[in-house]
Amino acid sequence: MQNIVQDISYNVSDSGFYGEFGGAYIPEMLYANVEELRRKYLIIINEPEFQMEFNDLLRDYVGRPSPLYLAKTLSAHFGANIYLKREDLNHTGAHKINNTIGQILLAKRLGKKRIIAETGAGQHGVATATVCALMKLECVVYMGSVDIVRQAPNVARMQMLGATVVPAESGSKTLKDATNEAIRDWINNAETTHYIIGSAIGPHPYPDMVTRFQSIISEEIMWQIQEKTGKKYPDYVVACVGGGSNAAGAFYHFLNNDKVKLILAEAAGKGVNSGHSAATSILGSKGIIHGCMTLLMQTEDGQIIEPYSLSAGLDYPGIGPLHAHLIKTGRAKVYAATDNEAMLSVIDLSRGEGIIPALESAHALAILGEIGLKKQDNVVVCLSGRGDKDLTTYLQYIEKNNIKL
Amino acid sequence: MLSIRQTILNKGNNILNVYFTAGHPTLESTELILKALSESGADLIELGMPYSDPLADGPTIQQSSEIALRNGQTIKNIFKQVNNVRSHIAVPIILMGYLNQVLQYGAEKFLQDAQAAGINGLIIPDLPMEIFERDFQSLFKKYGLEISFLITPMTSDERIKQADKISSAFIYIVSQSSITGKKGGISEKQIEYFTKIKSMNLKSPSLIGFGIHNRETIDIANHYSNGAIVGSAFIRAIEKKEIWLRLFLILWILCATKLILLLFRIFSSLKFSFQLENTIGQLNFS
Ligand SMILES: Cc1ncc(COP(=O)(O)O)c(C=O)c1O
Repeated sequence: MQNIVQDISYNVSDSGFYGEFGGAYIPEMLYANVEELRRKYLIIINEPEFQMEFNDLLRDYVGRPSPLYLAKTLSAHFGANIYLKREDLNHTGAHKINNTIGQILLAKRLGKKRIIAETGAGQHGVATATVCALMKLECVVYMGSVDIVRQAPNVARMQMLGATVVPAESGSKTLKDATNEAIRDWINNAETTHYIIGSAIGPHPYPDMVTRFQSIISEEIMWQIQEKTGKKYPDYVVACVGGGSNAAGAFYHFLNNDKVKLILAEAAGKGVNSGHSAATSILGSKGIIHGCMTLLMQTEDGQIIEPYSLSAGLDYPGIGPLHAHLIKTGRAKVYAATDNEAMLSVIDLSRGEGIIPALESAHALAILGEIGLKKQDNVVVCLSGRGDKDLTTYLQYIEKNNIKL
Repeated sequence: MLSIRQTILNKGNNILNVYFTAGHPTLESTELILKALSESGADLIELGMPYSDPLADGPTIQQSSEIALRNGQTIKNIFKQVNNVRSHIAVPIILMGYLNQVLQYGAEKFLQDAQAAGINGLIIPDLPMEIFERDFQSLFKKYGLEISFLITPMTSDERIKQADKISSAFIYIVSQSSITGKKGGISEKQIEYFTKIKSMNLKSPSLIGFGIHNRETIDIANHYSNGAIVGSAFIRAIEKKEIWLRLFLILWILCATKLILLLFRIFSSLKFSFQLENTIGQLNFS
């Protein structure tokens, strides 16, 4: 018997929706730009020449394919085969560069002279500054002033690469506010500028475009898991979710294979019900954020609630529309990890495997104990980034909370 | 009470449409400002529903929204405030806000309550025309509410015609591709754009807004459309006067008896509306 799951489409519709989520709720000032992107993005990214340039850069510049690594200590600990998809080994240290390479090639073909981006953890900002240096385009990155402090190494890297980092001072001074500022810049400079959104969020076609550029992650997992296990697919794919780009990329080629369980890890911050959380799927309801209909944290008057997570990359009150749809239809399951749980996973991976993960990625490790793994299960965890940017946060947290190493 | 469109058509030109954020600088000031604007001769009033994430707005409207929200402004309270002044003032009132606010309230209930409060129309910058036609147009008709859509220098002729067709109030000509509150002069390119729109002979009246902040820009708006929309410049002017309101609040707290309190209240509101008239006077509309 056919499972119902297979009757549901997980691809974006022509009008830009994933079920009831998605769309492009944008002011008229952005219509021309977004409409141009919508008309052209598939045509451009399917051109053989684009594909060749994209793949060459991913191989020679980013260093793909990224390894799929069987983490033995973790596997012993969880009693299943835990494979880490090593996006942390990419140039610039996270999955974010897969998307910025794609979008910069697109921006060039659209004739844009100036690039803007928002960033939370700074990984997307660094990845954007990097491709702008590579392609010799002007680069302006918006970053919440709180994030500028907690992700200082990445601010220095962006400056080193020649980008201008502009602090966002409104709201909670984090990712949401940086995104607002980037959108306002885009409104003011619509003709010259391309906005490289860093996650699977924003108005259509951004969520689909970013997902396609990140889908290289699951494309590689498919053959790598076969090579390692002899099986065609893993039993689980697990990823952390801020806006949802690494998760979307890690899930993409498995969306229609319901034998692969898809697991999202959200940031619970100080606890889902503590009032200091970014667990969007639990605390959120349907509404509009940054131009798309999705799940977001909001008051009954529709005011967006300031989220909280120690992890700058997950400190976002919304979730990409694809994920809202996956959650709503039951295709993906969500778990939430607190700051503390994520920190303990950071320490475990550092000590157990010799890999210091990004705080964002550690959320995906932190929930592995909850999903009911069995002995023979092959589990792929997307290790979305490395922890260099977080070292100060880690050391401070360990000291403040008297964590015994 | 005349509709928004009829108000514009009756007067024809030199329409002044003033925007301010409901609940800024204080919750109590909203009704005062509505009355003062009406008495001072504003033709239309655009009442901003403060939003946490106003994407199309510059720093002035962002800050006024933040303050209004901190003051505790809500949509229900805005409806109440409009309802309170409705019997005193005839000027059409347009609510301006973001689609999420309408959706969370419940779209139909929002429109129903807006109508009941005496609101005439809405402007929702992030509501795409296509979605309006599909999901909202009939509800707007049902509750007798008017709507205006925005056009910008980047809007195609085809879309301008669509905006003309479905805007039941007026066409909102965004003067430049920008967020609200930009200062500065008007470029030749903008004049070309205004001229083009004028020559399209649209059936809807139109008003020019965004960056209208002094005599020169108001004159241009009056020349190329039915009038001007002034937002950030008005809010900046109110803010300069806010000191009066602060003084009033301090005195209020210090006041011992109710009688003195009442006297101060009358004094201060008079003072405040006097200041408002000055403010509007400084904008030089006639
Ligand atoms: C290493 C890393 N992982 C994950 C994320 C979260 O983003 P997304 O949900 O789009 O993958 C970020 C964002 O900054 C990041 O830097």
